Amino acid sequence: MAGVPLIAAAASIRPALEEISTRYNEVTGESVRLVFGSSGTLANQIANGAPYVLFLSANTAYVRWLAGLGLTQGPPVTYAEGVLALYSRSGLLGETENPLMALDSALQHGVVKRLVIANPEYAPYGSAARAALEHAGSWTRARPVLLLGANAGQAVQYALQGDVDVALVPLPLARLAKLQETGQLQVLPKETFPSVELHQQMVLLPGADQKTHEFFAYLQSIDSQEIFRRHGLLVPSPVNLTLQP
Amino acid sequence: MDWNAFHLSLQLAAWTLVLLLPIGIVTGRWLAKTQTRARPWLQAFFALPLVLPPTVVGYYLLVFTGTRSPIGEFIMSWFGVSLVFSFPGLVVASILVNLPFAILPVQRAFEAVSNELHDAAACCGMTPWQTFTRIEMPLAWPGVLSAAVLTLGHTLGEFGVVLMVGGNIPGETRTLSIAIFDRVQAFDPLAAGRMAGFLLLISLVTVALGYGVLERRGQQRQKSA
Repeated sequence: MAGVPLIAAAASIRPALEEISTRYNEVTGESVRLVFGSSGTLANQIANGAPYVLFLSANTAYVRWLAGLGLTQGPPVTYAEGVLALYSRSGLLGETENPLMALDSALQHGVVKRLVIANPEYAPYGSAARAALEHAGSWTRARPVLLLGANAGQAVQYALQGDVDVALVPLPLARLAKLQETGQLQVLPKETFPSVELHQQMVLLPGADQKTHEFFAYLQSIDSQEIFRRHGLLVPSPVNLTLQP
Repeated sequence: MDWNAFHLSLQLAAWTLVLLLPIGIVTGRWLAKTQTRARPWLQAFFALPLVLPPTVVGYYLLVFTGTRSPIGEFIMSWFGVSLVFSFPGLVVASILVNLPFAILPVQRAFEAVSNELHDAAACCGMTPWQTFTRIEMPLAWPGVLSAAVLTLGHTLGEFGVVLMVGGNIPGETRTLSIAIFDRVQAFDPLAAGRMAGFLLLISLVTVALGYGVLERRGQQRQKSA
């Protein structure tokens, strides 16, 4: 196992990254080891000396925090843009173009017993979810029925197992959990949470060797971007990449 | 089924048992015989892992043995190993959280060995070491065995501390219980369920075998009495 790069990644990109690492193995014959968790937990582990060589966060804040501690190597790279989705129990919101408006009226009528989001205090998708509810003017109405997951992954678990009416969660995880089979899954456009950015950044860590650098480069290839996109993430367009200094 | 993780769990349980049992016997016997007034405090200290949430134990281990702590730095520079996010670190953590399981049953067993027996053995000319190996240990053996069974079972199932101190590193710190958690996180309930069932079976068999041996010994002793 020694010599195989150990990579820490946000749980919200698990399906995409697993596919990328399989593809990478097919193409190059090299492999990587993946560890998934919430970005905050992983950042904490890195600060405490975890032997990861590359960190893919679900936001920019944890990457910046680690850089501030002097625990990163080289500049961070935005590998994707997170996409927030709204899950609702079948039939709850009906056919609608604007699920947030429908949610607001459902909240007013008291038919939403439980609304799940990740904890906005430290989970990137949690703060995006809160911003979306605030922007729609539903936050105060939503608070009494709010259930907080410790991270985006747990929020999806609740949506999957608990009797939950509505959940605002990352699209890739919602799809992985097949939430679309138990209810409606709708993408929330960026305009619905203008105050929060879901730039997802990755950064090399001090232990990174040649093999890690190669995988890091592969993550920015057209191949990887295609996979990220297929799993419901937005990817910075190649044009923008070449324009960057 | 993640055989790698199962193998790691077995290794962890074996190392914990081998290193902890002597500690349990020495400490348990000493606690049983000592007259010190600090005894309740010492007992409470060893029982702490039973009452503290795993997150608290894990937190203190990270703080005191993390790579940025003085202890962590010292161990890194002298032995070249990290006590967090590594297998040796898991063994240390596992020994600490299993202290109550290894010490308390042994202590009870040695307390049950009466002082008259000591005196009688001394009168027969036995050295303290002979008294210990030939009189005390055979009598306290069931306590030692329950300590071993409890430690083994508890190590196989330990989750919180392992996750905090070990992370979830495949082939290094991802034990069977962490692998189950990981599969749940990956929305793979089938694999999680299979492994959970397997762990249940292993734990049941381990503990049942332990109790079986204890019971048989008890019956033998009754017969010989």
